[in-house]
Amino acid sequence: MKSIKKFDYYILLEKITPLIAVICALLVGAIVIIMIGENPVFVYKTLFSYAIGNRDGWGNVLFRATPLIFTGLAVAFAFRCGLFNIGGEGQMYIGAFLAAWVGFTFTTLPAFILIPLCILAAAAGGALWAAVPGILKAKIGVHEVIITIMMNWIAASLSFYLALVYKAPATEAMIAAGVKQMIPHTKEIAQAARLPRLYTILNSINIDFPAHNQVNVSFFIAIGVAILAYYILWKTNLGYEIRAVGYNSLAAEYGGISVAKNIVLTMVISGAFAGLVGTNEVMGYKYRWRQEIFTGLGFNGIAVALLGKNHPLGVVLAAILFGILNYGGAIVNIYTKGRIPRELIMVLQAVIVIFVVISDEVVKRLIRQRRKLV
Amino acid sequence: MFGDIFNAQFVASSIRVAIPLALAGLGGVFSERSGVINIGLEGMMLTGAFTAVAVTNFAQNPWVGVLSAILVGIFLGLIHAITCITFKANQIVSGVAINLFASGITVFFSWLLFNETQIMVKANLPIWGLPLPSIGEGSAFVRNLIVIFAHYSPLVYLTIIIFILAHLILFKTPFGLRLRSVGEYPQAADTMGVNIVKMRYIAVITSGALAGLAGSFLSLEQAHFFVKEMSGGRGFIALAAMIFGKWTPLGTAGAALLFGVGEALAMRLQGVLAVPVQFINMVPYLLAIFVLVSAVGRAVPPAASGVAYEKEIG
Repeated sequence: MKSIKKFDYYILLEKITPLIAVICALLVGAIVIIMIGENPVFVYKTLFSYAIGNRDGWGNVLFRATPLIFTGLAVAFAFRCGLFNIGGEGQMYIGAFLAAWVGFTFTTLPAFILIPLCILAAAAGGALWAAVPGILKAKIGVHEVIITIMMNWIAASLSFYLALVYKAPATEAMIAAGVKQMIPHTKEIAQAARLPRLYTILNSINIDFPAHNQVNVSFFIAIGVAILAYYILWKTNLGYEIRAVGYNSLAAEYGGISVAKNIVLTMVISGAFAGLVGTNEVMGYKYRWRQEIFTGLGFNGIAVALLGKNHPLGVVLAAILFGILNYGGAIVNIYTKGRIPRELIMVLQAVIVIFVVISDEVVKRLIRQRRKLV
Repeated sequence: MFGDIFNAQFVASSIRVAIPLALAGLGGVFSERSGVINIGLEGMMLTGAFTAVAVTNFAQNPWVGVLSAILVGIFLGLIHAITCITFKANQIVSGVAINLFASGITVFFSWLLFNETQIMVKANLPIWGLPLPSIGEGSAFVRNLIVIFAHYSPLVYLTIIIFILAHLILFKTPFGLRLRSVGEYPQAADTMGVNIVKMRYIAVITSGALAGLAGSFLSLEQAHFFVKEMSGGRGFIALAAMIFGKWTPLGTAGAALLFGVGEALAMRLQGVLAVPVQFINMVPYLLAIFVLVSAVGRAVPPAASGVAYEKEIG
C-alpha cells in the first residue's frame, strides 16, 4: 500500500516539472537582477501586478500569448511525430505575408468571404513553407532541423523582397519631410479583412475594457486551433498514425502506417499552425505586413511547446505565462528606465527550457528506479 | 567581367568567409564524433562574437577579446555537456535552448554595457605576413601570391594550424581513436575501459571553444562590429559543412571553403547582376540545402550520434 502511494507522488511530480522549472528560472533571474543592482522582489512584483493585476494587463498578456499559442502548437504537433519543426519563424513570415496579400488585393470582397480567405491564406502559406523540409525528410531523409533553419533565412529575405514590391505608398507627411521609408511594410489590408478587437465586443455587452488594447478575435482562433490540434492527435486515425510514427517509426511502418506520408502531413499541419500567426499580427494588429512585428515568435514557440509538454492545453497555458513575462518585462523595462533590458525575459525563457528538460529526465529516472524497487 | 570577379582578392575573401564556418564545423566534428549533436554552435558563435567585441573594447586588446570568446564558448559547451551527458536530456532541445539563451544574453548585455545593439570594435587585430607591394611596384603575380597566401589576420593562420592538429589528433592518436569509438559504439568502448562521460565532456567543451573562436573571427575580423543576431544561421551552415565533409576535419574545411566561395561570389555579383539584393542574400542558405540534399546516402553520421549512453547494469 505504502509503495503505491509513493508511486503516485512521483507521477504528480512528473506533471509539475514545468512549474519547478519556472520557479528555478525565476530564481536565476533574481540573481541576475541582484547582480545588476536592482531589487528582484520589486521587479517581480511590478512585472506580475501590471501584467495580471487589471483587465488592461490581461488583454495585453492574451494579445502577446496569441502568436505563441500558434507557434507553440506548431512545434508541439511536429514533436508528436518525432519531428523538430524549428522553422516556425519562416512559416509565419510566409503565411502572414499571404494573408496580407489577400487582404490588400481582393479589397472588394465582403468581410464574411474575405476574412476566412485571409485566414486560409495564412495557413496555406505556412503549410507550403513547411512542406519543403517535410518532403525532403520523407523522400530523401535529410534532417529537418538544418533545413527548417535555412528556410527561415530564405523566408526572411523573400518576404522582405515582397514587402518592397508591395510597398505602401509614401504618405504626404513623409514626402513633405523628405523621409525615406527605412523599414518596408506593405499596403494596408481592406477594412473587410480586419479582425475585430476584443474591446468592441466587450463594450457592446457593457463590460468596461480599454479601447487601446490590442487583443483581438485571433485569440479565439488560437484557442480553436488548440482544440483542433487535440482533436486531430487523439480523436482521429491520422492523429493515431502520427503519434505511432513519433513513438517508434519502425514499428509503425511494420504495422502498415506510411511513415513518409505522415511526416509530410505533420509538417504541413504544423506549418499551417505557424502561418496562422498572421491572423493576429496582420489581421488583428498592424493591418499590414511588417517584418519586425514577428521577430523571435517562431523560436519562442519551441520554449512554449516544451514548457507545455507538447500538449495543446499545456501550450495554451505556457503561452499565457510567456505573455505575462513578455508584457511584464516590457513594463519593468520602462519602470526601471531601461536599467533592466527586456531581453532578460528571453534569457529566462532559455533557462526555463533547460530546466524543463533536465527536471523531466531526473523525474523519469526517479520513476524508473521506483518501478524497479516495487 | 570574369577577371573582375575571379581574382586574388576573391580567393582571399572566400578564405576569410570560410574561416568561421570551418571553425564551428570542426566543433561539430568533435562533438558528433563523440556522439553528441551540437546545434547550439550558432548560439556559442553569437555569444563568442559579442564577448570578443565587448572585452576587446574594455581591455583595448583584441587578443584578450579572442581569448575570452573562447572561454565563453567553453562555458556554453559545458552547459550543453551537463544537460546532454550528465542529465541525458534531449540534445537538440538543449542546443535550441543555448541558441535562445545566446540571442537574449547578447542583446541584454549590449543594452546594459553599451546602451545600443551595434557595437564597433575599438582595437583591431594586426595583419601578419608579407607587406603588400603597392600597385605598379613589383609584378602583379607576386602581389597576387601575397594576397592569397601571406596577408591575413593571425586567426587565419591559427585556423590552419588548428585543422592540421585536429586531423592528427582525431585520426593518428590513441585519444582520437577513443573519441571516435565513443561516438560509434560506446558499449564496446566502455568494455575496453574508455571513460565515455569524460571523452564526451572533452569533445563537447572543445566544440564550444572552437565555436567561440569562430564567433570572435566573425565580429573582430569579418564585420569589425557586433550587431544582434549577427551569426545569421552560420552555426547551422557549419553543420551542413560538417555533414558534407563526412565528419572529418579536412572534409569540413573543404566544404566550408565551398560555402566561402559561394558567399564571396554572391557578394561580388551584387553590383554586377541586376538581381535584387534579397535574392543574393539567400545564396548561402540555398547552397546549404543543396549541399545537404546532395550529401544524402554519401555521408553517414557516427552511429551513436544523438544517443545518450546508458550503462548496462547487471
